[in-house]
Amino acid sequence: MADGERFNMEAAEAKVLVRDVNVFYGEKQALFDIDLDIGRNQVTSLIGPSGCGKSTFLRCMNRMNDVIDGCRVEGSIKVDGDEVLDAGIDPVQLRRRVGMVFQKPNPFPKSIYDNVAYGPRIHGLVSSQDDLDELVQTSLERAALWEEVKDRLHQPGTGLSGGQQQRLCIARAVAVRPDVILMDEPCSALDPIATARVEELIEELKKAYSIVIVTHSMQQAARVSQRTAFFHLGVLVEVGVTEQIFTAPRDERTQGYITGRFG
Amino acid sequence: MQIWALILILICLAAYGHVIGRRRAISFAAAKPALLHSLPFYHGAYLALWVVIPSLLAIALWLVAQGPIIESLIISGLNTDTQALSADRLSLVLNDIVNVASGDIPSREPTPEIAAAAQKFSELKKLSNLGMVVISLGLGIACLWWAKGKISAEFRARNQVERIFTIIMILASTIAILTTIGIVLSLLFEAWRFFLRIPLDDFLFGLQWSPQTAIRADQVGASGSFGAIPIFAGTLLITVIAMCVAVPLGLMSAIYMSEYASNRLRGVIKPLLEILAGVPTVVYGFFAALTVAPFFRGMGETVGLDVSSESALAAGVVMGIMIIPFVSSLSDDVMNAVPQTLRDGSFALGATKSETIRQVVLPAALPGVVGAVLLAVSRAIGETMIVVMAAGLAANLTANPFEAVTTVTVQIVTLLVGDQEFDSSKTLAAFALGLVLFFITLSLNVFALRIVRKYREKYD
Ligand SMILES: Nc1ncnc2c1ncn2[C@@H]1O[C@H](COP(=O)(O)OP(=O)(O)OP(=O)(O)O)[C@@H](O)[C@H]1O
Ligand SMILES: [Mg+2]
Repeated sequence: MADGERFNMEAAEAKVLVRDVNVFYGEKQALFDIDLDIGRNQVTSLIGPSGCGKSTFLRCMNRMNDVIDGCRVEGSIKVDGDEVLDAGIDPVQLRRRVGMVFQKPNPFPKSIYDNVAYGPRIHGLVSSQDDLDELVQTSLERAALWEEVKDRLHQPGTGLSGGQQQRLCIARAVAVRPDVILMDEPCSALDPIATARVEELIEELKKAYSIVIVTHSMQQAARVSQRTAFFHLGVLVEVGVTEQIFTAPRDERTQGYITGRFG
Repeated sequence: MQIWALILILICLAAYGHVIGRRRAISFAAAKPALLHSLPFYHGAYLALWVVIPSLLAIALWLVAQGPIIESLIISGLNTDTQALSADRLSLVLNDIVNVASGDIPSREPTPEIAAAAQKFSELKKLSNLGMVVISLGLGIACLWWAKGKISAEFRARNQVERIFTIIMILASTIAILTTIGIVLSLLFEAWRFFLRIPLDDFLFGLQWSPQTAIRADQVGASGSFGAIPIFAGTLLITVIAMCVAVPLGLMSAIYMSEYASNRLRGVIKPLLEILAGVPTVVYGFFAALTVAPFFRGMGETVGLDVSSESALAAGVVMGIMIIPFVSSLSDDVMNAVPQTLRDGSFALGATKSETIRQVVLPAALPGVVGAVLLAVSRAIGETMIVVMAAGLAANLTANPFEAVTTVTVQIVTLLVGDQEFDSSKTLAAFALGLVLFFITLSLNVFALRIVRKYREKYD
């Protein structure tokens, strides 16, 4: 992208550097030449009309596109200087550092405790049962769920309400102590109260993690994020400080989208 | 008139009813369309059902009742000394009459009495047939006329038709249930007769199975003992061997198909595996007896083991191969039904493919997998042909897979094959075995259901 520099920040404060990323589903190209920096200990929100490639972009950063048949990613994505798209890098290692929360809550059919303990167990993060208990508790506390479930840790996670399930999935992602957390419309299935709690939680998590959140709610993007990127038809149209995007967008497509004229 | 012709006429009548039902409803609708409660189609269906159901019921009743009624009429027309014959002889005579009437060859030269009775039989039969046609068609037309009178704009034809269909569906399921109950009752009854002769604990806990009973008192060596332990042990042994083959192979191919294979490969492998289930069991039987058993025997010889030429091992292994598709196909289906979002969730936490399969997919699919395995077990328990051909008939009580054993189903077959009196202990023993087998499969099913309930998870 010619004026890519404008979109980007000082390399020092960037956690993830995305350069010239193109994504294809079979023959069809879904993303075109994306250049974007994700700030350290910041919330970056991705907005744009449905089908513009936000989820696709999010999945590039933890190589979840590998799971999809016929999906091809080109370009360069560096997390803390390490190339993500390198064939040599182990996606399993990468995903430990780049966690993800999905649009629909997807707790495993296991107990609440086991849901949170799943990641730490497979990565051998803790050596004793006590440590694991503690890690589960802190993760649930971070996800603002501990008070609600501390008496029912061994009941199935699928028995929680939708909002609780989503916070459980956040706790699950936090428990492996990633550097970056990707959230794909984490509040789309939640009521306003649960949404408010998740937003508080994002505010809290920001201190320790770098967060990328996809959202369809302009208000949410404005509330939680420091930087906002607007995608349209697979192209990154504009990225900047959230306030500037919402008050003085440079591109008329951004203008049109945030004022609700299309999308 | 033939039955099918009658039914054809009834169907035409029903079609006619459907048409006039619709017409009538539409004619009401023309006057005040908004007031028509049900669509015209339902009015037509209502008439058609009223034509078909009562007359079919009448035909069925008639067919059931006509036999006994004609019979008793014929008997009452016979000579008094013929009437005085025992029930068995009388039925022979009746048989002759029917044979003469239908032009078949009777068991002996017909006497004038029988010839006359046969004449009468044919007449009665014709009369009855005519009666049936008249009654059923009359009933159909009468019902059509009556039901037509009920059609009006407010008439709730849809509710009525739906109610009739509900009743039909209830009847259909009742038939299945009643059949089951009937089978169980007949098993219970015959088994009870067996247990009148052989004490229950001798049967359940006896260690000796040799069902040959003496036909004459002076025969030796055929005391008849009915201890079922050896044959249940044989069944267990063979089933265990079969499951040891089928469960690992089946599960692994299921995991491969649902998690690793591309869609195209899966589309090829799955039907190929399912062919295994379509091979007739007799074919497996001679495969086991002629190929596998000698192979094991030869293997045993080279390592110094004594493998008999009819061994539990050969039968069990071949049976295991036969039931692989039961395990693999069903498990593959349930594993495919595990939502992709669960796998994604696991991958996103940095789990590898095998960790995801072991810790997320398999637990989520467990109820279905258990169901598949139990289905395979009951298939293995019920399998007969392979065992007859490859495992032998000797009721050895052994845990050694290299010896010949026998199974419950095989014994049932050998007890009932050939000319048998139907009230000897030997034949009745088959029912007792069947009853026990039934309870075993029943408890397996109940057990499977409980497991499935316990682990059932909602995915949303
Ligand atoms: N698995 C797939 N196979 C083929 N095409 C896909 C696949 N997933 C997404 N696409 C296509 O890629 C484009 C971007 O999809 P993506 O899911 O990233 O959109 P999105 O911005 O997340 O939309 P939404 O806001 O509705 O979630 C769309 O045109 C979509 O049809
Ligand atoms: Mg999306």
